[in-house]
Amino acid sequence: MNTSHIASRRNFLKQALSGAAVLSTGSGTKLLADVEQRPAQAKLRVVVAHDALLRSAGSTVDSQRILALLDRAMQSLYDRDRPLEAWRKLVRPGELVGVKVNTLGGRGISSNPQLVAAICERLQQAGIKAGDIVVWDRDTDELERAGFHVAEGGNRVQCYGTDRVDYEQDLVAYGSVGSRLSKILTQRSDVLINVPVLKDHDGAGVTIALKNMYGVIHNPNKYHPNGCNPYVADLNMLPEIRTRMRLTICDATTAMYEGGPAFKPEHSWECNSLLVSQDPVALDYTGWQIIERKRAEHGLKTLETEQRAPSYIATAADAQHRLGINDPRKISTVEI
Amino acid sequence: MVLDVEEGTSLGMSSERSLSGCGFNRRSFLKCALASGAALGVSEMAHPAAGMSAATEQQKQDDSRFIVEAKFYQKLPNRKIKCKLCPRECTVGDRERGYCGVRENRGGTYYTLVHSRVCAAHVDPVEKKPLFHYLPGSLAFSLATAGCNVNCKFCQNWDISQSRPEQLPAHYAPPQRVAQLAKQYACPTIAYTYSEPVVFSEYLMDTADAGHQAGIRSIVVSNGYMQEEALKAAYGKMDAVKIDLKAFSEKYYRDVVTGQLKPVLDTLVTLRKMGKWTEIVYLVLPGMNDGDAEFRGLAQWIKSNLGPDVPLHFTQFHPEYLLKNLPITPVPTLERAKAIADAEGLHYVYIGNVPGHPAQNTYCPKCRHMLVERAGFTANQMLIRKDGCCPFCRHPIPGIWHV
Repeated sequence: MNTSHIASRRNFLKQALSGAAVLSTGSGTKLLADVEQRPAQAKLRVVVAHDALLRSAGSTVDSQRILALLDRAMQSLYDRDRPLEAWRKLVRPGELVGVKVNTLGGRGISSNPQLVAAICERLQQAGIKAGDIVVWDRDTDELERAGFHVAEGGNRVQCYGTDRVDYEQDLVAYGSVGSRLSKILTQRSDVLINVPVLKDHDGAGVTIALKNMYGVIHNPNKYHPNGCNPYVADLNMLPEIRTRMRLTICDATTAMYEGGPAFKPEHSWECNSLLVSQDPVALDYTGWQIIERKRAEHGLKTLETEQRAPSYIATAADAQHRLGINDPRKISTVEI
Repeated sequence: MVLDVEEGTSLGMSSERSLSGCGFNRRSFLKCALASGAALGVSEMAHPAAGMSAATEQQKQDDSRFIVEAKFYQKLPNRKIKCKLCPRECTVGDRERGYCGVRENRGGTYYTLVHSRVCAAHVDPVEKKPLFHYLPGSLAFSLATAGCNVNCKFCQNWDISQSRPEQLPAHYAPPQRVAQLAKQYACPTIAYTYSEPVVFSEYLMDTADAGHQAGIRSIVVSNGYMQEEALKAAYGKMDAVKIDLKAFSEKYYRDVVTGQLKPVLDTLVTLRKMGKWTEIVYLVLPGMNDGDAEFRGLAQWIKSNLGPDVPLHFTQFHPEYLLKNLPITPVPTLERAKAIADAEGLHYVYIGNVPGHPAQNTYCPKCRHMLVERAGFTANQMLIRKDGCCPFCRHPIPGIWHV
């Protein structure tokens, strides 16, 4: 692990303890306290949007409130008064939009279908045809188990897994990674909107935005050694991914601080938040700190102490990758 | 179930495909497979060509019939497991898979997903494995499942070895059916090959048992990257073993293979102690594992740990997978490797993947007469006596020469 990064993280945590930055103290409280509110370019910004009343009876996410939360997050990220103005900054009519969700964790901890429905609604209002939107992950059955309705063909939002269309025949390679890419990415997506979840990962430390791209390739099992480092960063360097990636909307309505990636209800909490950013590295760093805080609340050791800190985040930010920023002093975290 | 050739289904990616004049892409390989009548519609049990020419079945595979609890693993707290099949010892959480991609933790129980799930099947000459001291001129009913426990950057079969099982069309081929097919195609041997048999050990073991009950032998083509207990249990059922020793340096294993050398050397020693007929293949990559010192160290290690009679095949590399930038191994490099190994006292050093090279033949180390003449994958002449001796000087020639 990059030692300068460790130092940065420690400094950041000190700042957090002194009230300069992060974190949640319990249900319904701010995730990021006393956040610096100076204006920043959207690409340097991570918006953490929270709604303590997100859920209706039975703990189900309220569809109107999640739409409103998404709107607030997008308006804040793009400094716009109305949500559609923000979405129109993101996409243009005629573009094919892939919404890459994460459905490994079943209904317990997958991208929330109501959040995805809200995203698709706004995309259409911004001028994207329903049939030009595809909600996808690697496997159709996993999408269904997570609560998505599979749809192929017709003038409606498409939803299916790579298993329906296969991977490209040819390999693409960068650094340590050589893989075949999903045809949904290469042939059905001009724009990629990444909709991961916020959770612990027993090997990688955390799995949020960057690691969600493991669902794009045919051989993710080859890239789990060494805490997925440098594989996660190398994978995100592939031009087919990097040039399409425009936005990450991390679903932290339910999050998990231990025991991932499979759903462990005993280690999950209703975080009732969204993390939104154009910088997947900054978003991952911010999400990691939220998980660390929750671990501390539960008396768990830090991921670093457990020797599974997500070192791939620093790699993604290094001079060879430059996929984003992991320096908390440069990340503008906006809590709303 | 039958296969759709036009859709480029992956049915058989033999590692020596470049020698048969096929191009390197999948489509031309499949055409080549058709021409040779090699691939099989296993569940239809039809003639190979007939099986290959029919339309595909687009239905999703019924995965449950391929899923069997794995044999070599240890249960851990919190529904985790530790795989004990190979030295990697993956710790695998619930709903996750090991590095091989074909073994999955489901609720704290580890399963193989590839039992009887054949993604490639061919009838091959045994020389193609290559095994040169094992029933020359005979056929091997050869099969593979998806998956591998390493990730060699030069893999010629990466499209099956580096895929997950659900990504490949597959046939349901239970062990008894494989034994029956081997008989049907006049194969005295079943070969587990193409991808990496370590990762389908359970299927290999059951199929070897079924084969032996039907009078069919079993051989395996493997990287040998395996834990000792699993090795003894699984390869103990084999009649012969070919190990791909990919280099004689840990650095190469770490950087190019994504594995370790030491466990493979341990495997070779264990196989020797088990009395298994073993041959070694060393794929020579220009500039990567072709130094004199490495060749010499390899030969010395083999002689002192396994003895001088273990066949050693130096084979020619053809650019593939992640090393397409390298040239084909020059023949003089292979000849240099052989000269070094010969000088170190190994008795049976071959050059492979170079059709027509005289070092494909077997010579008596005592009288130097040619005993087995090979052309490509064909054994044209086999003079070794029934008692395994040279007909000219009666020197014993180690191997399994006759059924």
